[in-house]
Amino acid sequence: MTALEEKTNKKAPGGSAWREFPWWLVAIIIFLITMGILIATQPEFKRAFLFIKGGFGSLEDFPDVVALIGKGISVTVYTTLVGFAFALVFGLLAGLGRISSNVILRNTAIFYVEFIRGVPTLVLIFTVAFVLVPWIAGGENSGVSMSSRAVFALAIIYGAFLAEIFRAGIESISKGQMEAARSLGMTHGQAMRHIILPQAVRNILPALGNDFIAMLKDSSLVSVLAVRDVTQQGRLYASSTFRFRESYLILTFLYLTMTLTLSLLLRWFERRLGKNV
Amino acid sequence: MFDTNDVIVIDNLHKYFGHIQAVKGVNLSVRQGEVVIIVGPSGSGKSTVLRCINHLEVPTNGAVYIDGVHLEDKKTDINKVRAEVGMVFQQFNLFPHLTVLENITIAQRLVRKRNQEEAKQIAMQQLTRVGIPEKADAYPRQLSGGQQQRVAIARSLAMNPKIMLFDEPTSALDPEMIKEVLDVMLVLAKEGMTMVVVTHEMGFARAAADRVVFMDDGSVVEVASPEQLYTNPQHDRTKLFLSKILGH
Ligand SMILES: Nc1ncnc2c1ncn2[C@@H]1O[C@H](COP(=O)(O)OP(=O)(O)OP(=O)(O)O)[C@@H](O)[C@H]1O
Ligand SMILES: [Mg+2]
Repeated sequence: MTALEEKTNKKAPGGSAWREFPWWLVAIIIFLITMGILIATQPEFKRAFLFIKGGFGSLEDFPDVVALIGKGISVTVYTTLVGFAFALVFGLLAGLGRISSNVILRNTAIFYVEFIRGVPTLVLIFTVAFVLVPWIAGGENSGVSMSSRAVFALAIIYGAFLAEIFRAGIESISKGQMEAARSLGMTHGQAMRHIILPQAVRNILPALGNDFIAMLKDSSLVSVLAVRDVTQQGRLYASSTFRFRESYLILTFLYLTMTLTLSLLLRWFERRLGKNV
Repeated sequence: MFDTNDVIVIDNLHKYFGHIQAVKGVNLSVRQGEVVIIVGPSGSGKSTVLRCINHLEVPTNGAVYIDGVHLEDKKTDINKVRAEVGMVFQQFNLFPHLTVLENITIAQRLVRKRNQEEAKQIAMQQLTRVGIPEKADAYPRQLSGGQQQRVAIARSLAMNPKIMLFDEPTSALDPEMIKEVLDVMLVLAKEGMTMVVVTHEMGFARAAADRVVFMDDGSVVEVASPEQLYTNPQHDRTKLFLSKILGH
């Protein structure tokens, strides 16, 4: 943190400010603004935009916010948010299992992590949705919706990635912290929860943020389950109107807006948190 | 079996780390209110013995009893015993994400089940005792090494332990801060706390210790009063060690 501050506070010797300026960000923002202008002024772009964000059909079924940002976007956001929340739980459990001294727990956790890491995400989404979920829920016609299967699949996949992040985060805390906590009479669980994890989570926050953004992008894969997220909306629009250029530019625009906003938010949040550590 | 005044009994303690034998059959009993200093060269097993007293290390062989409770017994609730045995580390090991006050209250609340008010009040008493009540709301990184170590002592004392263990509590400190920590420990010793201290501070040993234990190569070589051990050591290995630490 201090090194970073020093770097940013350092008085730039001539020309260096020009060199350090985030031109890439300007370029991205110009792209986003251009897209905004196209959507506002070009009817074909506007039509594609309204369809893809999901502003069609029975809008009265949805609360106002959803109507405003569109059903396609809200499906993407919902899938990511809920999927990530579950992924955090799976990841924490597997990460703790990974460093457990219990042979069964440790091997179960390693099995999970290695299994997921060895299979492509797209294949896993199919496998979870059409094999694992029916198997757990008992039968193909178990009535679990495709969007729930999609969320579950993403959670399972990202849980394995997060497990490694949690493990690394916990292992980054010096052994003395656990010893001090235990020597005061805390149980292993109390020490983990009150001493180790709060510190570990602070350390891994940037990594968690990265994976959250990665998951937002990977949520586009659930369109293969015909879940109507923005990607599925874009594909539907493209295939029914043959307006490929508008469809995919708008899809790109939507994802880029979301990921950029998120990463700026995360940076701001990290900096704020950094001040209190 | 034991003298009832012995609050710590170490019985034929052996500890292996893989093939390294760190402790080779140590016997040591500490009476209520006694202050015992452990000295010895690096790697002689001092920390290992100390850490077996609160079960941070598990002996390979032998037994440790605290107040007659056998630590290695599966039925022993180790967390209950540890609450009675405070430990102060060379590296302080304060919790960096918590304020000084929270550092001192957290175990009181979780382990002693005290409410926030009571825990806070006891924490402030202990902070006053170690001389830095004004640092209650600071974070550990805002304190000097000496202040951090005093907070660590206050954190242990707030649990009302019967025994205090210190593992080279002043070795990581700049010379000008050593005294402020030793002064706190000296008062504690005078008040009758049972203490086992690994330290090479001879001034402290002379002022506070009832006995000094010299360890070498995993064994206890010599046990004597500080006066006796420092001025008239009986064993060659003790003499050699003392000549080295007095040499510089
Ligand atoms: N966790 C461990 N794993 C492996 N070996 C260890 C471990 N802890 C201690 N040892 C070894 O056991 C021996 C005794 O170590 P110990 O820390 O008890 O010595 P010490 O007297 O406290 O030394 P110092 O004065 O350097 O602190 C040393 O050889 C050390 O390398
Ligand atoms: Mg040591």
